[in-house]
Amino acid sequence: MLDLKQDYFALFGLPTGFTIDMDRLEQAYLDIQGRVHPDRFAHLSDADKRLSMQWATHANEAFRTLKSPLTRGQYLLELQGVDPAFETNTAMSSDFLMEQMEWREALGEAREAADEEVLEDLSRRIRHANRTLIEQLGEELDQKRDLRAAADTVRRLKFLEKLQHEINDALTALES
Amino acid sequence: MALLQISEPGMSTAPHQHRLAVGIDLGTTNSLVATVRNGVALCLQDDDGKVLLPSVVHYLADGQIVVGRKAQSAQAVDPRNTIVSVKRFMGRGLRDVSHVETMPYDFVDAEGMVRLRTVQGVRSPVQVSAEILKDLRVRAERSLGGELTGAVITVPAYFDDAQRQATKDAARLAGLNVLRLLNEPTAAAIAYGLENASEGTYAVYDLGGGTFDISILRLSRGVFEVVATNGDASLGGDDFDHRLFCWILDNAGISLPSDRDARRLLMKAREVKERLSLDESVAIRMTLERGDEVDLAIDRSVFVEITRPLVAKTLKPVKKALRDAGLEPGDVKGVVMVGGATRMPHVQQAVGEFFGQTPLTNLDPDTVVAIGAAIQANVLAGNRAVEDEWLLLDVIPLSLGIETMGGLVEKIIPRNATIPTARAQDFTTFKDGQTAMAFHVVQGERELVSACRSLARFELRGIPPLVAGAARIRVTFQVDADGLLSVSARELTTGVEARVEVKPSYGLADHEIADMLRAGFENAREDMELRGLREQQVEAERVVEATMKALDADGDLLNTNERAALDAAIASLRATAEGQDSRAIKIQLEAFNRASNEFASRRMDKSIRQALAGQRIDDLRI
Repeated sequence: MLDLKQDYFALFGLPTGFTIDMDRLEQAYLDIQGRVHPDRFAHLSDADKRLSMQWATHANEAFRTLKSPLTRGQYLLELQGVDPAFETNTAMSSDFLMEQMEWREALGEAREAADEEVLEDLSRRIRHANRTLIEQLGEELDQKRDLRAAADTVRRLKFLEKLQHEINDALTALES
Repeated sequence: MALLQISEPGMSTAPHQHRLAVGIDLGTTNSLVATVRNGVALCLQDDDGKVLLPSVVHYLADGQIVVGRKAQSAQAVDPRNTIVSVKRFMGRGLRDVSHVETMPYDFVDAEGMVRLRTVQGVRSPVQVSAEILKDLRVRAERSLGGELTGAVITVPAYFDDAQRQATKDAARLAGLNVLRLLNEPTAAAIAYGLENASEGTYAVYDLGGGTFDISILRLSRGVFEVVATNGDASLGGDDFDHRLFCWILDNAGISLPSDRDARRLLMKAREVKERLSLDESVAIRMTLERGDEVDLAIDRSVFVEITRPLVAKTLKPVKKALRDAGLEPGDVKGVVMVGGATRMPHVQQAVGEFFGQTPLTNLDPDTVVAIGAAIQANVLAGNRAVEDEWLLLDVIPLSLGIETMGGLVEKIIPRNATIPTARAQDFTTFKDGQTAMAFHVVQGERELVSACRSLARFELRGIPPLVAGAARIRVTFQVDADGLLSVSARELTTGVEARVEVKPSYGLADHEIADMLRAGFENAREDMELRGLREQQVEAERVVEATMKALDADGDLLNTNERAALDAAIASLRATAEGQDSRAIKIQLEAFNRASNEFASRRMDKSIRQALAGQRIDDLRI
């Protein structure tokens, strides 16, 4: 029997792994959502609506998790009992700490300059670094099966994501 | 009832009768009702052959309530009791409403939502809106010749939880069964998407009477997906009227017009604005109460100049929405124009320049939302075969969060998350032996609680006394397919479950709605009881019909004993429904729901497996 605790890869009938076929994921998601979505049950009873909402919620959460490389990587680690524990893990490599400082400095300068182009440029650099790390994460998870390294990469990606949010906020602030 | 309305490809949904369902565009300036008849979506007309119902409600001293065009003509003589653009007040506090000073109403600053003091007493915006909806319901029932199964009501995509809840409450008050709240731009896309059958990314630019919305939609493989929304809940055609109104006052040298003159001048401003979309120059003539004469002429270029900042203001949310979607203006394949205000040539021009293409204007911007809502209502009512249906994926417009220490917001559900959705976050106690915890639920993008909208406060009691930081309290946010939130909290460590469901504080409590409904039906109590009984009987019939069909299709999912139990449940529900006791039917329905729950789960399960099986077969074909 399928249940709401089932792992997300199984829900979409995908092999468990970092490298996934995005088209297939999307198609499976749409097929399932097409069956369970509350719009299919709008004229039916409250019990049906409740069941449908639970499943549609579950499908949305599963799709969201698998769609983004960062949350997918994080989820794979969790499935294997590794908690990337972003806040508490202090054993970060010195490389990463240096890198963090450099990025922070660059963001500080771009903010100071209040210049859209400088911010956009930084945003592009972060996107590039992001892509490289995602490739690395794929190797660590699927080929090398080095969970420690993968957890470290997830932390790096998490940091970049936060930085990207801050840049977007700074850009929004410039516009208003 | 608990079962699924799913059929195999090639099988039509049901041999049942056509369910009467409507789409309603509850607009700031005008409202409309539309339906699908013989496969064609059309707006329903009133007795005078008009489709637009001015969203105006006039409360008279003799207890009468007049809605629409007649109420509109009362604006000038009885402005205080003639409520226009009530949508602006839905789910809003007094401080959220702009231009309060120019409005002739007697506002009452109530907690959560502003109220209006009329000759018939204090009225909430929900009640005023319900009058408009009631008028449309009656129009539809007369025109279609029967009671409505349900309605899809549109709301601006940017409406927050308070505004959506208020809209749903108004519909309930008007005696409408809400099938779904639907974002206006999405409704417009449904109307356009079907007629053009286009795939790609689209922007829907909706400048209505009182609200501006921009939505970025992706249409593909029969799926409409809202990838980003943004907007300004207090910007619309009315603001253009207001600019023009101020220009007239300035140029005619009038400083403080009477309420009545102000109203007349605003109406004049609107008329002039509309004419300027066609003519290069328009004369403005009017005699005021004290004998002052207004005699002016305005060129379109002047109008364009004084309203340029308003047009520019619409482009900011457009940029934000594109950024959220990770897109450039050039990625957008088409721009759909919605709302009467998009008839203004300089609005079309500015949008065209921004996106580098001529916007789509081939459908009537006033009716396109209602038409789309009607098409969706027809689907939700179950009038189409499953294989002809499409799926609508929607997102939440504003982030939802909870207040943490220091007046900061911890976001639980980020904006643009696909709904329905649920997210949980764990919190802990900060004092030894703490047995209660207060939660403050907010909506908005800012980090400070004070800059967000407060939705609800609640307290979780009965936490076992433990040392600080030992208790684990899981707060779960659930947003349903209408974008409405419910929150629950639970203590995890001891297994003791204390649970609180929050109804956001701005909404009307269920008993308030019940009171209002009762007041409305006071003279027709029997009618109401009869209506209640009939509703329960219809529901029971529907449940039995659907269960029989489900058993035909999937009876093999039950063993002999289970089958017998369900058959017995059907028989007893049928027997009760033949009686006249609506409460007994209700109780029987609930019992039936429990009895058929397992069957529904198995059907859902089977359905999902089929979806996956279909997926694998597709793979093999490639």
